[in-house]
Amino acid sequence: MTTATTTVRPGRVTQARVLNSEWIKLRTLRSTFWSLFAAIVATIGLGMLFSWGFATRVGDHHRPIGDAATMAVTVPLRPYVIAQLAVGVLGVMVITGEYSTGMIRATLSAVPGRLPVLWAKAAVFSVVVLVLMEIVSFVTFLGGQAILSSQHIQATLSSPQALRIVAGVGLYLTVVGLLGTALGTIIRSTAGAIAALFGILLVLPVLGEVLNLTSWGKHITPYLPSNAGGDLLTNAPDPGSLGPWTGFGVFVLYTVIAMAVAAYLLKRRDA
Amino acid sequence: MIEARGLTKRYGDKTAVKDLSFTVEPGIVTGFLGPNGAGKSTTMRMILGLDRPSSGSVTVNGRSYAEHAAPLHEVGALLEAKAIHTGRTAYNHLLALAATTGIPRRRVDEVIDLVGLREVARKRAGGFSLGMGQRLGIASALLGDPKTLILDEPVNGLDPEGILWIRNLLKGLAAEGRAVFVSSHLMSEMALTAEHLIVIGRGRLIADTSVTDFIERASTGRVKVRSPQAARLRDLLAGPDVTVSATEEGTLLVSGLTSDRIGQIASDNGVTLFELAPQQASLEEAFMELTGDSVEYRAPARTAERSAA
Repeated sequence: MTTATTTVRPGRVTQARVLNSEWIKLRTLRSTFWSLFAAIVATIGLGMLFSWGFATRVGDHHRPIGDAATMAVTVPLRPYVIAQLAVGVLGVMVITGEYSTGMIRATLSAVPGRLPVLWAKAAVFSVVVLVLMEIVSFVTFLGGQAILSSQHIQATLSSPQALRIVAGVGLYLTVVGLLGTALGTIIRSTAGAIAALFGILLVLPVLGEVLNLTSWGKHITPYLPSNAGGDLLTNAPDPGSLGPWTGFGVFVLYTVIAMAVAAYLLKRRDA
Repeated sequence: MIEARGLTKRYGDKTAVKDLSFTVEPGIVTGFLGPNGAGKSTTMRMILGLDRPSSGSVTVNGRSYAEHAAPLHEVGALLEAKAIHTGRTAYNHLLALAATTGIPRRRVDEVIDLVGLREVARKRAGGFSLGMGQRLGIASALLGDPKTLILDEPVNGLDPEGILWIRNLLKGLAAEGRAVFVSSHLMSEMALTAEHLIVIGRGRLIADTSVTDFIERASTGRVKVRSPQAARLRDLLAGPDVTVSATEEGTLLVSGLTSDRIGQIASDNGVTLFELAPQQASLEEAFMELTGDSVEYRAPARTAERSAA
C-alpha cells in the first residue's frame, strides 16, 4: 500500500502561508457569514430607522431639535453600538471556536511557532471587517442623509467632522473585534471572552458615570476603553474627553496591550 | 524516529509523566500502552510541542518538534478524534491545514480518498460519527506524507471493518519505513498491530519490550489436564516441585511439569487423556498484571473485575 502518489514536497511554514490558511478558515465557517450579515443589517437597517425617526421628529416640531446639523452627521451611524456586538462576537470566536472544538491543537501542531497564527487571525479578520464595515458605514451615512433631506437637515461628507466619523466607524469596529480576539486568546472560552469584552465596552462606561460624580473619577472616565474609542465617532464630545484621535489612540493602545498579553500566553501556555 | 529522554510533566503537585525515556524506531509499529490516565496523551502532546515538559526532552527525527521548518512533513498526528472545528467541512479543514505548509489541493483530495471520506468530504465535521472523525484525523496526519506518525487511540469508535482498515494502514506505513507510534489501552489490539511495546502506568515506564517477549512472559507455566481417571493421575504426577489442584470433576491444573512430561506419564501408566493444554494468561491478563499497581482510577474490587473482563 502506498499513502502518497502525489509527491509532497516539504514546504516551510511561512507567515504568508499561515495567512492563507487563516483566510481559508475564516471564509469556510457559516458563523463568519452570519455575524457579518448581522452587523451589516443592523447598521444599515437601524441607521435608516434612526434617520427616519429623527426626520419625523424634526418634521413634527417644525423646528430643529437641538443642534440638528450636528446630530444629522451621527444619527444614521448610531447603530454602530449594536454592530459592535456582532463584530465583537466574531472577533472572539475566531480563536475561541478553535479552543472549544479542539481544532487549536491541529492548528498549533501545524504551526508550532504559534505566534504566526495569532498575527494571521488578527490580520485576516481586520482586513475583512475594515473593508466591509467602511463600505457599510458610507452606505449608511449616505442613505441616512437621503432620508434626512426630506426635512432639509441633511449633512454631507464635507460637513464638519463628518468624513472622520464615517470612516471612524469601520476603524472602531475593527479594533473592537481585535480586542475580542485578544481576550478570546487570553480567556480561551467563548462565553468568558464575550462577557469580558462587553463588560469592558458596555458595563465600564456605566460605572464611569458613577465615577463622574466624584472629583477624581472625572479624570479617569475619559480613559475608559469605550469612552476613549467613542471619541472618534462623536462631534459633540463630553467635556474633558480626550479628542477624537487621542481617544482612539488610547483605545488602540489598550487593544495592543491585550494582544501582547495574548501573544505571550499563547506562546507560553500548554495548548 | 522519536527519542524521549527523562520526560517529565507535572501539573501543580500531580505528576502526569515521570522520567520517561524511550525510543520509537522507524520501520515498525510501536504500541504505547497503558491504562486510562497513565499519561499517554500527555506524552504525545509533549512530543508535538503542545505541552511543555517540566523537565527532560523529546525529539522527533533528531530535533524538537517546534524546530522543524516543515512540521507536517516530519510528523503526522492524530491526537484525539475531532480536533476539528465542527462548523467546517472535512475538505476545508484539510485545505486550511495544508495551506500552512504549501501542500497542494490534489494532495487533500488524495488523503480524502485514502481514508474513504469522499462522500462526506463536503459535509460539516460536526455531524460526523466518532469513526468518521477518526478517519478525518488520520487524513490530516497523512497530509504531509510524514516520516513519523503519532496516533492517540486511533481505533476508538471504529467499527470492525474500520479497525481492520487501520491495522493494515499502520502496518503499511511502517513497512514504508516510517516510525509509527500508536497509543491504546487495549492490549489485544496492540498484539495484532505492533511489533514493539512501550508500557506505562501512572506516568512511569513499566516495560519497553517486543510484543513476542511480552506474550512469552504472559505464559503461566500451568497445564490443564482432563481425564476420566483424574484421581489416579493426580497420584502419579505427585512430586516435590509439583502442585496439582482439581478445579472441577475430572480436571486437574498442574504446575511444575511440562505438558510433554504429563503426557508421557499418562501414556506410561495407561491413563486416558481427554485434554492436555498448557495455560497462557490472556494478553489482557498479562497487561493487567503488569500495570495492576498503576491503574489511576479503579472501582472497588468486584466491579473492577467485571469492567476488566
